[in-house]
Amino acid sequence: MSTKNVKDAYQFKHKHILGIEQLSVADIFHILDTAISFKEISSRSIKKVPTLKGKTIINFFFEPSTRTRLSFEIAAKRMSADTFNIAASTSSATKGETLIDTARNLQAMNPDTIIVRHGSSGAPGLLARHVEASIINAGDGTHEHPSQALLDMMTVREHRGTVEGLKIAIVGDIAHSRVAHSDILGFTKLGAEVRVAGPETFMVPGLDALGARVCGSIVEAVTDADVVMALRIQRERQDDPLIPSLREYSQFYGINHNLLQKHARPDVLVMHPGPINRGVEMNPDVADGKGSVILEQVTNGVAVRMALLYLVMGREGGRG
Amino acid sequence: MTTVNRLILQNGRLLDPVTGVDAKGDLWVEDGVIVPAQKEIPENSEVYDVHGKWIVPGLIDMHVHLREPGEEYKETIKSGTRAAAAGGFTAVACMPNTTPVNDCASVTQFITKAATREGSARVYPVGAISKGSKGAGLAEYGELRQAGAVAVSDDGLPVLDSQLMRRAMQYAGSHDLLVISHSEEMALSRNGSMNEGVVSTRLGLRGIPAAAEAIMVYREIALAELTGQRIHIAHVSTGAAAELIAQAKARGVRVTAETAPHYFTLTDEAVGDYNTNAKMNPPLRTEKDRQAIRKGLQDGTFDAIATDHAPHSVLEKELEFDRAANGVIGLETSLSLSLALVRDGVIGALRMVELMSSAPARILQVEGGTIAQGNVADITVIDPEKRYVFTEDSILSKGKNSPFLDWELQGKAVLTVMGGRITHNELT
Ligand SMILES: [Zn+2]
Repeated sequence: MSTKNVKDAYQFKHKHILGIEQLSVADIFHILDTAISFKEISSRSIKKVPTLKGKTIINFFFEPSTRTRLSFEIAAKRMSADTFNIAASTSSATKGETLIDTARNLQAMNPDTIIVRHGSSGAPGLLARHVEASIINAGDGTHEHPSQALLDMMTVREHRGTVEGLKIAIVGDIAHSRVAHSDILGFTKLGAEVRVAGPETFMVPGLDALGARVCGSIVEAVTDADVVMALRIQRERQDDPLIPSLREYSQFYGINHNLLQKHARPDVLVMHPGPINRGVEMNPDVADGKGSVILEQVTNGVAVRMALLYLVMGREGGRG
Repeated sequence: MTTVNRLILQNGRLLDPVTGVDAKGDLWVEDGVIVPAQKEIPENSEVYDVHGKWIVPGLIDMHVHLREPGEEYKETIKSGTRAAAAGGFTAVACMPNTTPVNDCASVTQFITKAATREGSARVYPVGAISKGSKGAGLAEYGELRQAGAVAVSDDGLPVLDSQLMRRAMQYAGSHDLLVISHSEEMALSRNGSMNEGVVSTRLGLRGIPAAAEAIMVYREIALAELTGQRIHIAHVSTGAAAELIAQAKARGVRVTAETAPHYFTLTDEAVGDYNTNAKMNPPLRTEKDRQAIRKGLQDGTFDAIATDHAPHSVLEKELEFDRAANGVIGLETSLSLSLALVRDGVIGALRMVELMSSAPARILQVEGGTIAQGNVADITVIDPEKRYVFTEDSILSKGKNSPFLDWELQGKAVLTVMGGRITHNELT
């Protein structure tokens, strides 16, 4: 069987997008190819196609996230779907309403897709078992954030033509980052070497089992790197002190121009899942420098999310 | 349930770790006491041929949660002891984390009375170490002892204040009470919902490192050495803790320890896709820990197998993993899972009976644990070959939260006798 036949025979079979873990390499390529075809729509003067007309999408955010929610909402609207935002606070949970109760209530509104952001790892999977709608994970706990990883892969692929063989450094709070988690799974699936670095308090056991190369220093991580991604540093926690101060962190782990010039490839791509703490995990000279693709990540985010919405529920409808 | 005057079990394999007996034979019971066999079988005797089956002292589970008073929707003394009898247990020790906490004589008496009235197994209440299990101030051990408590524990929570734990051991010693430690360094386990390791990283769940257990186990050992008193370490889950206990025992510290069937059967992989029926505290650990626990059962590091039977309703379990309650039921699977150790050659049959009956009786200083003549007729008949699928429908506990649902298990209690009274019977 030729490669072309294999490609023709491919069918996207996922009802839900719960994580990169469940996606095959073929699935990822299919999503990225679909996203590229949708990206063009966003550059038209009338940025709207009727593909998902009549479909109902609920944005169900248990955690505040303006950026991801907006990106999904724009994606849905560009495909003419009806979108509803539900910002469920965890207070309804403390009132005794369980996630499954909430899911049953949502189900009563007959949505086609529910986009879920939740503070508990695994919550989207739990929902998927209790509702009829497709579930798209928009970030669960410290587990996965698949649409973010897909837009990262899309961005790198657009610039390098391929992901295979690239060296990708992710620097910062790996332990608490669902973005890092999904990126490690995704990029390694596509054949890249993913290096992670940061202070030991930002590491957890088993990152190597996920496929990452755990580096002892930031220099080791960025040496000859094709891509350097910095993660957002949360403010220092009082209950579990991970770093002494943002000031010290920026001094030893902040990504700056000198570091990249000295060690990374000259054409290194600089990425960040946003929003950036300028001067903490990344210096402005890098964030706004020539290798920065941070804004493209945002643009690609809409395209990837259009692709995901289309693939989980628009398969039978025509593409506009 | 029938009360019989005379019960005769014929042609079984008699196993008694206390006397060292492992031989084919008959067992006679008259008026609740084990008596010598006679030549003629008198009329009105209840006779069972238990050829191919084991006759062992009634199993004793020294660590269960019966949820009554306060959370009767999860379990009652009646349903919990019914499940115990079905699992081959003639006695259980119940932890004090009820509502209210069993920290005074009136709650202890409530439990013993309910057990006498409607129990299918003996129930030995465990009182609280501290008032309300709040970790400050000793509960009244003298009164608890008089009311029927056999031990004290703040189980569910560690005693964080080391001085309080020291005083607890000393004062419990004065009242001949055992102190049972739930060993957990809370600062390390805070917000954790499973073992810290490769699986927690994959699932994005906050982990509980093995050190959280080992640190507290070491403190308890140090305090037992300081006070010269007894300490019993509950539900050991890690190889690190097992090693500390083995070392302490070797230098003569008065420490005993139990582990649970889930720790020698499962690993943290059982959490799978956020299966809350595999969520407990301490959590399921790694394969290396599992092997260390099995070795500890073999070499005497562990004195007892206890279940930490912790029934919950679906309300507490059908939740996001990090919000779901800790705990699994265990009374009805413990024997089958322990028999697997015998089949695997990890331990012998006598050792298994010691771990599940004789040793708990000795540690708690209660009757049972032997089928020698003149002793109370607490007896379990085991069919080591019987195969069955453990299904939700078959569970007698009100809790269905087991990680072993739909497992095919081998070996089962087919007759349970408490004080001469049959409490569970699959022979007829
Ligand atoms: Zn405990």
